Amino acid sequence: MNTKNLIMEVKDFDFTYAGVDDPSLKQINLPIEKNKITAMIGPSGCGKSTLLRAMNRIHDLYPGNKYGGEINLYRENGEKENILNLKKENDLIRLRQDVGMIFQKPTPFPMSIYDNVAYGMKLAGVKNKSELEGRVEKALKDAAIWKETKDRLNSSALGLSGGQQQRLCIARAVALKPDVMLFDEPTSALDPISTGAIEELLAELKKDVSVVIVTHNMQQASRLSDYTAFMYLGDLIEYDTTDTIFMNPNVKLTEDYITGRFG
Amino acid sequence: MGGKLFKNFSFFSATLSFFILIGIFSILFTYAQDSIREFGFDFLGSEIWEADEDDEEIGIFGGYIPVIGTMLSTLIAMVIATPLAMGIAIFLTEIAHKTLVKPVSIAIELLAAIPSIIYGMWGLFYFAPIVQSTFGGQGVGLLTAGIVLAIMIIPFMAAITRDAMNTVPDVLKESAYAMGATKFEVIKDVIMPYSKGGIIGSIILALGRALGETMAVAFLIGSVMAIPSSITDPTTSIPVLLANNFSEAQGLEMSSMYYLALILFVVSFAIISVAKFYFLGKKVK
Amino acid sequence: MNRLLLNKIILVLSTLSAIIGIGFLFWILITLSYKGISALHLSTFTNDLVEGGIRNLLVGQFTMALMASAIAVPIGMFAGIWLREYSNNSKLASVIRNLSDIMMSAPSIVIGVFVFALFVAPFGSYNGFAGIIALTIMMIPIIISTTDNMLSLVPKELREAGIALGGSKHKIIMQIVVKAAKVGITTGVLLSFARIIGETAPLLFTSANNQFFTMDLTGQFPSLTVSIYNLATYPDEASRELAWAASFVLTAIVLLINLTGRYMTRNKK
Repeated sequence: MNTKNLIMEVKDFDFTYAGVDDPSLKQINLPIEKNKITAMIGPSGCGKSTLLRAMNRIHDLYPGNKYGGEINLYRENGEKENILNLKKENDLIRLRQDVGMIFQKPTPFPMSIYDNVAYGMKLAGVKNKSELEGRVEKALKDAAIWKETKDRLNSSALGLSGGQQQRLCIARAVALKPDVMLFDEPTSALDPISTGAIEELLAELKKDVSVVIVTHNMQQASRLSDYTAFMYLGDLIEYDTTDTIFMNPNVKLTEDYITGRFG
Repeated sequence: MGGKLFKNFSFFSATLSFFILIGIFSILFTYAQDSIREFGFDFLGSEIWEADEDDEEIGIFGGYIPVIGTMLSTLIAMVIATPLAMGIAIFLTEIAHKTLVKPVSIAIELLAAIPSIIYGMWGLFYFAPIVQSTFGGQGVGLLTAGIVLAIMIIPFMAAITRDAMNTVPDVLKESAYAMGATKFEVIKDVIMPYSKGGIIGSIILALGRALGETMAVAFLIGSVMAIPSSITDPTTSIPVLLANNFSEAQGLEMSSMYYLALILFVVSFAIISVAKFYFLGKKVK
Repeated sequence: MNRLLLNKIILVLSTLSAIIGIGFLFWILITLSYKGISALHLSTFTNDLVEGGIRNLLVGQFTMALMASAIAVPIGMFAGIWLREYSNNSKLASVIRNLSDIMMSAPSIVIGVFVFALFVAPFGSYNGFAGIIALTIMMIPIIISTTDNMLSLVPKELREAGIALGGSKHKIIMQIVVKAAKVGITTGVLLSFARIIGETAPLLFTSANNQFFTMDLTGQFPSLTVSIYNLATYPDEASRELAWAASFVLTAIVLLINLTGRYMTRNKK
């Protein structure tokens, strides 16, 4: 495969949770194309979230987990960096600024809307007030929530509706100008209208960032993504363009899952 | 009808705590009447505590010294205890490896279970000499009382703060880490704001406890009716004065003791109410 | 980088706080054991205070704490049952709940003063009953809160299933709901017993103290804690030794009861 268009590449990756003998992920190989949406689907417990959470090393918050293999991040200058080799806290912080993450439930911080979006930039050392204001506005616009929030930037983020909170979280991540954004079932706690808004947003976002999304909703994966990976019991069963996976899968197991015969 | 009797007795039991509180207030207020009528609010500003030489039943009594002593020893305790308790809570919720959390929690809770008289006795024989050799003074005094008081309230404060911090959802912390925050930044910007009600509540409850603590302070504050001019000087506090002199007092002095007890009761009632209604909601145990 | 350094500093300071906390626990327990065990003799347990032992004090302290529990546990449990099962979470219930919580934090010396005014002054002498009443007042709100909390953990379905089988409300409460919360409530009772058996301030001028063995609750009643306070301030070495021995025994009892209570609920959080 041509690595030129890749932003990330998972290679022979194993993952074992702390205190468990058997690996939860076995020999995973998965390319993440630049400026595309890659969806990961599979029944509960298949390891899709586990894999996603390895891509920004958020697993490291809980000690004792073991990684094997490589997860390479391709930099703009073509250099590749195996993120599993990062050891220093500083490097992990940088990784997380480059690889954003959105969670299943909206996670607004207990502070104002403005401070929520500015938070990551402040951490990254942006001090200039007008730069901050500009980037907050841009991020809120990019996340399609500027209209609803521009008059109440200083009120608490906890007052927003669930769908708005989730878009705020996206704005918060976008503001850091990440290369990759990881979405962990971002609409599973939302109503259909908010879900629609988030899906539109994702389609817009891929112009600027590469997106990896974990979803249990197969329609969402087929509507939204360019590539799909099907996982089952810790193995990556099949990866291909979304069209192929949904129309013409190569593996029987994939077909069974897509057609709803199990899972 | 067993059911009716059962229900009525339950209701009677439930209302009992209400009547006891009313009872405490009315009894203290009634017995303090003589002193309140004689000295009024000036009682709080007067530092003289002397029975008349000829008539033990009368004299001049002012609560300034025990009131100040109570406030200062509590203040010292709070200044020392608050940062340490926060540190312990942070250690337990965010730093400690999970195999350590349980034993450290148990140790902290056992520290809270040790009777206060033991703290007093240990403080008098083991801690006071250290304070004396480090800071001067006579060993017993404000500083010693304040430090030992701090050791007593730390576990209590740490336990409530820890419970409050534990209510922060993991995913909220993860999303801050996912933006590149350090542990301290997550604590400062997410955990603390999220659980601030519980944290402030725990500080106020600990304050209430320190104000009313008797035995540990009785061993250590020096029990002298004098205004301290330095932090190591001995003085007294309301609970200590009551513990040592209440039963021998008579007449107006006795009434003044009730007055002091009333002040302590009302102040701690107010403090605990504020902590409960404004900061802790209904979930406090 | 500055923020990483700050992070390190705060984490180190927090860890240090925990070490200091645990350090004090061990410091206190070690000095107490060292001083206490070396002062303990068999005769400490067989003699009364007047002969340099603590037999009457232990019996007195336990008698008062047990009798206080005998009054406070049923009252507190019934009150908790009313709050959780009968009050329908009315306004009155929340007032009572709050007042009970406030009472739990009331200064114990003030409770001593209150009981003195009602049960000592009118009779002209300290008496064991007054001590028991003071401890009872301290214990009731703790039992109320425990019962209230533990009953709230019993699933609603259990009550509904009982009613659906045709049980009357009070029978279901006693036979099903309270039984389901039994472990939690027992733990609460043990912890509150551990708390009141170590109390000193409410006994100082209610039951006061007695050097001799007695079971007469109408007169001054022997107390381990009040004796420790007195003995520790006497100048002679023998009294201090006895105070250490008594302190060691008291702490051992309190911590053992406490640990037993925690052990019972070890599987729950």
